[in-house]
Amino acid sequence: MIIRGDEPEQIRLIKKLYKPGNYFMQGNEAVAYGAIFAGCRFYAGYPITPSSEIAETMARELPKLRGYYLQMEDEIGSIAAMVGASWTGLKVMTATAGPGFSLMQENLGYAVMTETPLVLVDVQRSGPSTGQATKGAQGDFFQARWGTHGDHPIIALSPTSGQDAFWETVRAFNIAEKLRTPVVMLFDGVLAHTRELVKIPDIEEVEIAYRKLPKNEEEAKLPFGDPHGDGVPPMPLFGHGYFTHVTGSTHKENGLRDVYTPEVHDRLVRRIHRKIEGNRHVYEKYEEHFTDDAEILVVSWGVTARPALGAVLEAREEGIKAGLFVPKTVHPFPGERMRELGKKARAILVPEMNLGQMILEVQRFVNDDVLLKGVNKIGGVPLTVNEILREIRGVA
Amino acid sequence: MAKEIYSRYPMIKYLRKEALPTALCPGCGGGTVLNAFANAVDRLKLDPKDLVVVSGIGCSAWIASPYFLADTLHTTHGRSIAFATGVKVGLPDKKVVVISGDGDLASIGGNHLIHAARRNIDITVILVNNFIYGMTGGQLAPTTPYGAKTTTSPYRNIEHPLQISETVAAAGASYVARWTTAHVYQLIESIKKALTVKGFSLVEVISQCPVQFGRRNRMKEPAEMLRWYLKNSVPISKAKNMSPEELEGKFVIGEFVNRQRPEFVSELNKLIDEVQEHFGLKEE
Repeated sequence: MIIRGDEPEQIRLIKKLYKPGNYFMQGNEAVAYGAIFAGCRFYAGYPITPSSEIAETMARELPKLRGYYLQMEDEIGSIAAMVGASWTGLKVMTATAGPGFSLMQENLGYAVMTETPLVLVDVQRSGPSTGQATKGAQGDFFQARWGTHGDHPIIALSPTSGQDAFWETVRAFNIAEKLRTPVVMLFDGVLAHTRELVKIPDIEEVEIAYRKLPKNEEEAKLPFGDPHGDGVPPMPLFGHGYFTHVTGSTHKENGLRDVYTPEVHDRLVRRIHRKIEGNRHVYEKYEEHFTDDAEILVVSWGVTARPALGAVLEAREEGIKAGLFVPKTVHPFPGERMRELGKKARAILVPEMNLGQMILEVQRFVNDDVLLKGVNKIGGVPLTVNEILREIRGVA
Repeated sequence: MAKEIYSRYPMIKYLRKEALPTALCPGCGGGTVLNAFANAVDRLKLDPKDLVVVSGIGCSAWIASPYFLADTLHTTHGRSIAFATGVKVGLPDKKVVVISGDGDLASIGGNHLIHAARRNIDITVILVNNFIYGMTGGQLAPTTPYGAKTTTSPYRNIEHPLQISETVAAAGASYVARWTTAHVYQLIESIKKALTVKGFSLVEVISQCPVQFGRRNRMKEPAEMLRWYLKNSVPISKAKNMSPEELEGKFVIGEFVNRQRPEFVSELNKLIDEVQEHFGLKEE
């Protein structure tokens, strides 16, 4: 089969090109290397600040790995080309920022409906509209969730450092392959351009997942069936003589369009939901610090989780029982764990670089008697340890 | 009955029987285009396993998807060429064909059309131009003739139509031809050439839509529309000596370009080889 990235030749190339060890690199570069280690061999994109270094790194590195870099005419074409390439068996990625992410939304929905694995990195910048093009933000939390139309599930991850970005990108590819679904990675302009230490591992230490392929003709004839009961249909790739029909219209298990029968739509869309909801173990991930006895719980994500940890550490030194909860997979939200932690906390603070987005998800899972407060900052400058610490002291 | 039809039409072997009958209106030119495409595939003795057909949204997008029995990708409105670009890079040895309408490929998808031609990627585009948005109910298209009536230009069209073949030829395609559904044999020959040319190829087919276009422009019978095409078609050799005024309202038909230019996917793979060589990455 032709899913690329796992052949001995590819392993040999990676070993030859990238010596394991510590490197000083931008978050954007860490994303690119994570993709390369995960087996990404097709990148289609359109340059946009602050994501461009991902494209630049891929353009430089992919040909060394016999992979393909395409600079498309726009963001819409980029995600379209990714879907086409994914159906030929390539692992595919693009990176963009807010305005480009907006343009990609329709085809992101197409990828959800046609169950096409791909990784879409949104390096969040300030908005709405052009906003502050060069500054970081965390304003696309719900765009990732609800940007495209219709009832759809989505998986979105959010790393907290350059090192984390490397491994979360690998994880994004593995989830996309295992569940045959698009995965969004919500990165941000601050981490994207921060240079810090990133340890590049040996390729043997990296878990690499591959999509399920049809075992026989029968499975290949049902590209949208559910032969294994896990909601994940094996993917018959183009070019193997299966005569697969793929459409974004409501389709039956055999791929043929049926937009008239209510049950067909119901069955398809509910299975796609079940596939994501029922496989939480594949993607659910969060980090906890001092949550065992935390009376004041800080819930934060992405770049802001770092000053949040600093603030919690300082609060602890002052004798305040503060803890930190960081969802690493932000969609679907780790609601069950949030509910458990919420029961123990007296106050919950949610710092983010926006005017209050993830706080709405937190609110869904905590009782009314908990003091819930956002710590919000916009303008392109990240929250500081002191700004968050001040809020912790305020509710202590 | 169905069995009888299947035995009478040799091209039926190229169709997805479970998807038939087609959703096309009686008298639609789409059937002619599907027939011409199947004949071109048949005459070239292409194995449908070596074809990937991509289409967008609208009546003409249905011509090959789902009806043509190959790997088919039915995509979002206007984006089929961009989807096909990804397919071609992943499967450089397959023939990647886009069949869709003028509204899909030249209006919302105009940018992808021009840039695929510029890039000269080895994709064959069969663009079915019926001068109108058929599936949404007969609205104004960028190809609607000056003065024609549509549901959104009920008095008359004051816009000038886009000359698709001329535009794509200028953008750098390897092969461009335009025919009408009244020129079936020429059309088959052109599709055959387009499928064999290495590089971006476009076959524009002017195709009748009696239901949405003809009915509002005094040609409600399909045959009237075909007669209109025949009467107003001008071969490209003759058109070269005609003034813009003389060409107003005429359909210039024939081969616009047939040339060799470096093709995108081979260039991409050549670049990869060079990079491999440069960094000493080839296996000894």
